Amino acid sequence: MSNTPTTLFDKVWDAHVIRKIEDGPDVFFIDRHFIHEVTSPVAFLGLENRGVNVMFPDRTYATADHNTPTVNQHLPVQDPLSANQLKALETNSSKYGISHWGLGNPKNGIVHVVGPENGITLPGMTIVCGDSHTSTHGAFGAIAFGIGTSEVEMVLSSQCIMQPKPKKMRINVNGNLSKGVTPKDVILYIISKLTTAGATGYFVEYAGDVFENMSMEGRMTVCNMSIEMGARGGMIAPDQTTFNYINGREKAPKGEAWDKALAYWKTLKTEEGATFDKEYNFDAADIEPMITYGTNPGMGIGISNHIPLAEEVGGGKSTYEKSLNYMGFHEGEEMKGKKIDYVFIGSCTNGRIEDFRAFASVIKGRKKAENVTAWIVPGSHVVEQQIKDEGILDILTEAGFQLRQPGCSACLAMNDDKIPAGKYAVSTSNRNFEGRQGPGARTLLASPLVAAAAAVTGVVTDPRELLEEAAV
Amino acid sequence: MAYDKFTVLTSSAVPLPIENVDTDQIIPARFLKATKREGFGENLFRDWRYNNDNSPKEDFVLNNPIYSGKILVGGKNFGSGSSREHAAWAIYDYGFRCVVSSFFADIFKGNAINVGILPVQVSPEFLDKIFTAIEADPKTQLEVNLPEQTITILATKEKEKFDINGYKKHNLLNGFDDIDYLQAMKSEINTFAESSVY
Ligand code: SF4
Repeated sequence: MSNTPTTLFDKVWDAHVIRKIEDGPDVFFIDRHFIHEVTSPVAFLGLENRGVNVMFPDRTYATADHNTPTVNQHLPVQDPLSANQLKALETNSSKYGISHWGLGNPKNGIVHVVGPENGITLPGMTIVCGDSHTSTHGAFGAIAFGIGTSEVEMVLSSQCIMQPKPKKMRINVNGNLSKGVTPKDVILYIISKLTTAGATGYFVEYAGDVFENMSMEGRMTVCNMSIEMGARGGMIAPDQTTFNYINGREKAPKGEAWDKALAYWKTLKTEEGATFDKEYNFDAADIEPMITYGTNPGMGIGISNHIPLAEEVGGGKSTYEKSLNYMGFHEGEEMKGKKIDYVFIGSCTNGRIEDFRAFASVIKGRKKAENVTAWIVPGSHVVEQQIKDEGILDILTEAGFQLRQPGCSACLAMNDDKIPAGKYAVSTSNRNFEGRQGPGARTLLASPLVAAAAAVTGVVTDPRELLEEAAV
Repeated sequence: MAYDKFTVLTSSAVPLPIENVDTDQIIPARFLKATKREGFGENLFRDWRYNNDNSPKEDFVLNNPIYSGKILVGGKNFGSGSSREHAAWAIYDYGFRCVVSSFFADIFKGNAINVGILPVQVSPEFLDKIFTAIEADPKTQLEVNLPEQTITILATKEKEKFDINGYKKHNLLNGFDDIDYLQAMKSEINTFAESSVY
């Protein structure tokens, strides 16, 4: 070993390379693999066609989330195609001896919520899943990223994938966030600066005061959206906050194994003087609550701003116009005051307990706006239970909201939770692509606070105005 | 062996000069409910291609009979968004074997190669030339030569080199895939797994 300072990313990556192929990818070992009903069936079919087995079934965990109803989960799933996919996950899991948390299982929930919740996600691991938001797990100092179905088949059959090593980027955000500014705003701000392709080819490390002071839930929100600027994944060095979160969770190491793990985890940081292929610095004070106005997550602005003019944004004018047309917005308009129809709080980006606490802090003592339909969807059964235990459900009910059952829901609208064509939804999920939340649906991505402010006023509202009122 | 071999492809091309074509446009989530990989071509670009009543949208390029071919030419940052390999399956199932753009999203690029579609990344200038050539003559022929790693507009003889790593190139030329490779190194993987931390 030379003593050039290394990065957190290099440490974890290099420890998992089994073979380097000349002029080709690395053969990369995967510690943990999550599967769900949508991207796994064809991989299992592939195994069957080749006549190969699952190599390490205890390194894979299955949960049903993408295509599940968020009401009446105790009843049979109505859509025959969805039911068939769920059945396939169950059958394949049991056939190969993979843990399966299907509908109704108390451990069930969105894959990127239940992994950390159960202590499966640990620092220094490599984690993949056929879902691009696998980057969420990077919050623990793991290398985690989304893969395609062919790669799911590779991991099932060999516990490896073939990956060229990405370049390294560090994004530093220092200073203090002001009131009403959440982790979601931090990442929407970063993406708006870098654009949707700004980090393509890179793996990101987030560093600086803002992330050090952030909860694990917040760090997950940030790492989750790394893919939205094109990055393969994002990670944050583990620290005491991380260790406290993991300690005592079901699959986390215990006793002597814990001490040993802890000693290892403490080595997982970027050394002084290590270099990155690209580095960005941002000031926390510049960030305000964010909202998107277009059809990709890079099209976000501070909530008190105006929609930029075509010449102010890079890229093609016709693409920009197409996007604003779809949204029914115009250049130069103010976002505040725009009427909205739906609010969605949930997803692997903002479906954790902290997000519902934030939502409740705004709606407490207020009422849901009449013109708003709200879908409030916990990320897992564990989160659902916490919502009940902490009295958040009472606040919701009081304000005229209902709580649904866990799943991906309107994040990708594969189930019945579809925003109707032409309607506006303030959503705490991660993608505002055309039709993402239903054909013709218009998505405004934002934090749980912004979503809450919209839910009680019926229009795009700066949550700081409501928080101030509440503080008086 | 997972797909047909790819060597030299000469074909007309279908132009889609839109930036950031994400995988939700290529194949919307509501069509991801199948448990087989075939048949997704029908719903390729579904919401750009069909109205709500399933009638074709006349102005979308796939509905315009003057354009056809096995090459899809897209704007910058093609394939961003979701990791769904269904997007690559849909493109393949529709009949495309090659996608050309000035920039590809990472996961899509990997998925494309894994299903036997060659992603060809060209300079923004060359991409413009291709769009111009197709505009001038919708039947204009492009030659994508994998052994030479070149793409040529045959009418004008304009040509550009493209990158692909040697390993993936070998796979595409021979119709091999990564799983074949990994199956052959199982004992090495086993040894590695035994000594791994987790
Ligand atoms: S909540 Fe959305 S982004 Fe997250 S795993 Fe589900 S579909 Fe993917």
